Amino acid sequence: MLAVLILFPLALAALANLLPWYRGRSWLLPLAGALHLALAGMLVVHPGSAAAAGAWIGLDALSRLVLLVASLLFFGCALYATEYLNLRRDRGNTVMVPCLLVFLSAMTLAIVARHLGVLWLGVETTTIASAPLIYYNRNRLSIEATWKYLLIGSVGIALAMLGLLFIAYAALGSGVPVSLQLDKLLADGPLLAGPWLHAGFVFLLVGFGTKMGLAPLHTWKPDAYGEAPGMVGALLAGGLTSVAFLAILRGVQIMGAAGDLAMARQALLGMGMLSLLLAAVFMVRQPDIKRMLAYSSVEHMGILAIGVGIGGLATFGALLHLVNNALTKGCLFLSAGNIHRAFASKHLSEVRGAISALPLSGGLFLAGFLAITGSPPFGPFLSEFTILRGIFASGQLVIGALFLILLAAVFIGMGATVLAVTQGEPMEPELHSHDRLLLVAPPLVFLLVVLVLGFFIPPPLSALLQEAAALLEVNP
Amino acid sequence: MYDLSNLCLLLVILLNFFTLGSSRLGACIRAVALQGALLSLLPVTTHGLTGHALVLAGGALLLKGVFIPWLLLSAIREVRIRREIEPLIGYIPTLILGALVTAASFIFADFLPLLPEHQGGLFIPTSLATLFAGFLLLMTRRKAITQVLGYLMLENGIFIFGILLSEAMPLMVEAGVFLDLLVGVFIMGIVMNQINREFSTLNTERLSALKE
Repeated sequence: MLAVLILFPLALAALANLLPWYRGRSWLLPLAGALHLALAGMLVVHPGSAAAAGAWIGLDALSRLVLLVASLLFFGCALYATEYLNLRRDRGNTVMVPCLLVFLSAMTLAIVARHLGVLWLGVETTTIASAPLIYYNRNRLSIEATWKYLLIGSVGIALAMLGLLFIAYAALGSGVPVSLQLDKLLADGPLLAGPWLHAGFVFLLVGFGTKMGLAPLHTWKPDAYGEAPGMVGALLAGGLTSVAFLAILRGVQIMGAAGDLAMARQALLGMGMLSLLLAAVFMVRQPDIKRMLAYSSVEHMGILAIGVGIGGLATFGALLHLVNNALTKGCLFLSAGNIHRAFASKHLSEVRGAISALPLSGGLFLAGFLAITGSPPFGPFLSEFTILRGIFASGQLVIGALFLILLAAVFIGMGATVLAVTQGEPMEPELHSHDRLLLVAPPLVFLLVVLVLGFFIPPPLSALLQEAAALLEVNP
Repeated sequence: MYDLSNLCLLLVILLNFFTLGSSRLGACIRAVALQGALLSLLPVTTHGLTGHALVLAGGALLLKGVFIPWLLLSAIREVRIRREIEPLIGYIPTLILGALVTAASFIFADFLPLLPEHQGGLFIPTSLATLFAGFLLLMTRRKAITQVLGYLMLENGIFIFGILLSEAMPLMVEAGVFLDLLVGVFIMGIVMNQINREFSTLNTERLSALKE
């Protein structure tokens, strides 16, 4: 069943290469998205028998959570893509559609992997599949962004491979049969040789942290998100970063099994605070709306790392925040894409009065900003508040205070740009494109889900989050 | 067999230096190809003639020794560039840095808590030295193609370490890793081609429009 989930997007990707019909090719995306969402939903609700202990792929609470988020996000972006690609007939979709489908398959592979080698393969494949997506606009700037993304991403992921090998070496020394299968590693945790395991975790953190965009490894992020089409930015900022975070969490699980959870948490906490700080600095007076969103992504990756770094209640908050962040970023990037297209610019000097020009997209962008900065009543408010409660409950008052100050700085910095973009009167009355149903419905739905999550977390989701958070606490 | 491994590893280190000190791109590509081919001997010399070792060796030889170098050579032929001009740091300083990191790798490997059978061997220090040499190449050169070579060298360093642990990676995963490397370099080749078309040069210093 899981194998089908991974393989069918690949089959559709092959079909997309053969199909000579433009619109049909575009519509393969929502088809794949809907099928994927339906299958993933079924698997999440009825996990069936627990995966065999030695299997390479399987589902646990963490992977179910991320699978659901990634699948929902992809479906929304796929619907958006049909209309977007229709508007961009000049650039075509012969590369875009297959790459998006391979990207979906690779993401799924990385999410359901129970073997660290398979996990690595999945994440590496996402890098390769997303490079052509970033290059979609084919101009000098997008070449530059793609080159940086490819090179930094590839080197990062190579270091993650070194981290995996170190972890395998940690097993070699203690006479344990060497395997990178997650269940085996967790069972043998206490036997792993400490120094190699620690080095391995650090390399994993650096490698997958590069993909996730934790500071100081985030340098590719503003360029890539800034030059990629909005829809691709949404998938990268909501989907891929969550997958990379899951990969880091696997490392945390192994450290937990070996009894070194404290060290893993400290490392995460340090990088998380640094991300928050750097993001806040660069977001103030950021004149480019997509780059601003990229720094916001760095910020929220930092929040996720801090949540898991604190542990306890904050871990629960971080996992909830993963859901909120992914969907809110989806809404923001898609609506920013609409604004970018209508004004043919993403620069503050040329984009004014988005709300009066594009009431829906502009409104969604403004509401998305309020949501992502943690204003009530949206979901991120709840998750950030939970993380904050966790921080104070653990007695880390300085970190809690810094966290609050930096969030406030981000709110002010981002608010200045967003308000300038959305308020006022547009400088040119002529727009290059207008709101269409499929271009505003997906971000609207994402925002509504986030809004609902701010009021009410459905009991099944809450149970799933509890179960997933418990996986990160194991300390036998 | 043990001596053969060590001979290969010593040659790998020499090739690191050759690549760091040479300005001719064709020669650099061939050196990295030779390095890949030498590495492909190692699984067999360490693990004997097992099926897994043979597949690993064959895959590495085809990919690192033949196919990727061929891809890169045809890329430089197409864009007609021969030499790396003005690296960020000169060749002699790069070589000195390379010597320093190699020495540091050997000293560092002595401090690592290695298993008794790996102590005093050349595997770990060579792996680290190649990794660092790759990094050096990646950071000090301006041509996109030399940066790709640096990335390949870094991969080679990781590959050497991986040989000690080949039982940790099932064959399927190994194959996937190779495939990813291949496709990755292929895509880098395409992007290089686009850089050349758009900027009429492969110098990545021109890629500096995106910043704060």
